[in-house]
Amino acid sequence: MKLGHIAADFRIVSRTYFRNPVALFFSLIFPIILIALFGLIFSAAGSSTVTLVVVNEDHNPGGVGYTPTSVAFLSALNNTSVVSVQVVSVSAQNFSNYLGQNGDSTGLVIPAGFQADYRSDRPVNLTVYTDPQDAAAGGTVLGAVQGVSAAFNLHAVCGTGSCAPVIGFTNANVGSQVYKYIDYLIPGLIGFSILTSPMFSMVDIASSYRKDGIFRQLSLTPITRGEWLTSRVLWYVALTFVTASIMIGAGIFLFGAHVTLTLGVIPYLVVGPFFFVSLGMLAGSVAKTPESAALIGNIITFPMMFLSGTFFQVSSMPPGLQEFARILPLYYVIDGMNQVMLFQNAPRALLDLLVVLIGSVVVFLLAIRLFKWRDE
Amino acid sequence: MPAAIEVHGLVKRYGPLAAVDGIDFSVPAGAVFSFLGPNGAGKTTTTEILEGLRRRTEGDVRVLGLDPWTEGTPLHRKIGVIPQDFRFFEKITPKEAIEYYRALFGTKVDPHALLEKVELADKANSRFDTLSGGQKQKLGLALSLTNNPEICFLDEPTTGLDPHARRAIWEVIRSLKREGRTVFLTTHYLEEAELLADRVAIIHHGKIIAAGSPTEIIQAHGKPARMSVEGSPALAAYLQMNLGAAAVVEDGKVSVTLHDKRDALKILTAIEESGLPWTSFTTQHDTLDDVFVRLVGQMDEGALKTEGTP
Repeated sequence: MKLGHIAADFRIVSRTYFRNPVALFFSLIFPIILIALFGLIFSAAGSSTVTLVVVNEDHNPGGVGYTPTSVAFLSALNNTSVVSVQVVSVSAQNFSNYLGQNGDSTGLVIPAGFQADYRSDRPVNLTVYTDPQDAAAGGTVLGAVQGVSAAFNLHAVCGTGSCAPVIGFTNANVGSQVYKYIDYLIPGLIGFSILTSPMFSMVDIASSYRKDGIFRQLSLTPITRGEWLTSRVLWYVALTFVTASIMIGAGIFLFGAHVTLTLGVIPYLVVGPFFFVSLGMLAGSVAKTPESAALIGNIITFPMMFLSGTFFQVSSMPPGLQEFARILPLYYVIDGMNQVMLFQNAPRALLDLLVVLIGSVVVFLLAIRLFKWRDE
Repeated sequence: MPAAIEVHGLVKRYGPLAAVDGIDFSVPAGAVFSFLGPNGAGKTTTTEILEGLRRRTEGDVRVLGLDPWTEGTPLHRKIGVIPQDFRFFEKITPKEAIEYYRALFGTKVDPHALLEKVELADKANSRFDTLSGGQKQKLGLALSLTNNPEICFLDEPTTGLDPHARRAIWEVIRSLKREGRTVFLTTHYLEEAELLADRVAIIHHGKIIAAGSPTEIIQAHGKPARMSVEGSPALAAYLQMNLGAAAVVEDGKVSVTLHDKRDALKILTAIEESGLPWTSFTTQHDTLDDVFVRLVGQMDEGALKTEGTP
């Protein structure tokens, strides 16, 4: 391999890239859009409390104000900090329709006589409305109502005397630190970029350069296929460094992400593009036409795009899909970056790196073997 | 003069079809050799075999003493190739393209001088996708010269170009010959071959049907030269009787076959002596184009007759 040939081709590919507004958009602007979009969607969902619309029919005798017990119950619900109580003046009969018309997914009805029944130890029923389409909000509200009801029941059983709970709990997080969605999103989206940018580009190049006779033209020069492919790998490694920097910067400064900035992430930014440039070239080489090349590229790319831990944690997927994710090369790239940037788990990070590295060498050699400058 | 290209018994088969069917020819070093033939005759296949891009089925081929298929790598350092409909990286300028090739071949050619040579210096910094068809071909030509080649293979370099762009390419081909390079030119334009080539071979259905200099081919396969006289039809009979010349009346003109250039003088003298009225004369001879059309036509007719015979 001659470095001069690789350098000459690297200059060509970089100039081609910098003069292509679409390519520049997808490399430099698109990562920011992605991280902003997903960051906004999921950070909002994670931090907000569920609004619980309440009809309180338990008025004081004479109809002025609400009974102290019902007010105390709603206050206890508010203090859970997972729901935000909003009392409305609607009749209980029309409440379901009211919720539907106002787009509210949860509601609670405190019936008349709630305080009187509670104080007399007579069973009293609350009605909780939930929307099956917003199961998360429904679950949150049911949990909160059950929790507060249990405390009130306990208090009723104990009478007015002190009645401290026997079993308590402390909330702790998995791992040593609290991770937010945006923290997982950064390695995930860097992985997304490592996959898509070279795959789509190389599949297209492999078929269109062959169709246009550019490979035939290059076959008459001293550059070898290995040198040509190496220059592409180096270009995408350089591009990945830029894209990853943009994503990490945007994640930290826009959404306050907590990721460990360590040199340990660099090997993934090298072997990742190495693997997917080679795979893209391999896919483009085995295809007969640009159309079939695009099809093969999409078949390879799309499952990896969503199931390798890019946008969603693999551990949150069903067991079958988790097993499937483990045969996807991008899983090891993203998992490796997670281990380095979030969990500081060096042994597992090294294992991931080794898997990708071995895969890269195999795919690179296969690509060089199967990719021909010209058909004979 | 040593041969730059030697081809003996070259055969290329695709399944049962022989695209090239046992051809022999040689190209002297420093000559412009034009390879002619209708579409599908075997021109491009032969050219690609010579360039080392295609493997031959049978026969012996030597280009600069090398076997193009097994010794392609050293051969490619000595030859320049411009394919039909040359394409390159779209966002790259001609100057950058030459710098790229210069780095790959490790030569020290000056991009500006090379672009001047092919009359493309004014577009040195324009991107490839903004160049016209002729300018793209000129860049292909310039790139094929980056490695200072001994042989230039030009595959239909002027197809689809306007007359001005064609003439510019012709001028470059003439300059290549002046520099002592061998030029292997395939073309559809017979006029181009007649103007530029020292030697010509016409291939049809995979076989060479005529070879030699353009003049030799015209002499061997063309009709004799004719003199056409605008004047009295009685001149035809007069010339037959007095000179024994083959004179006929065609389209109101008297047409006389010329076997020798001195025949023209004799005929004009006889016409003047005849006292018959005449106003003007012209001479006509077959061009390579006429010969090509006739040879290819004759072969196709022969093939059709053979095919039609039960």
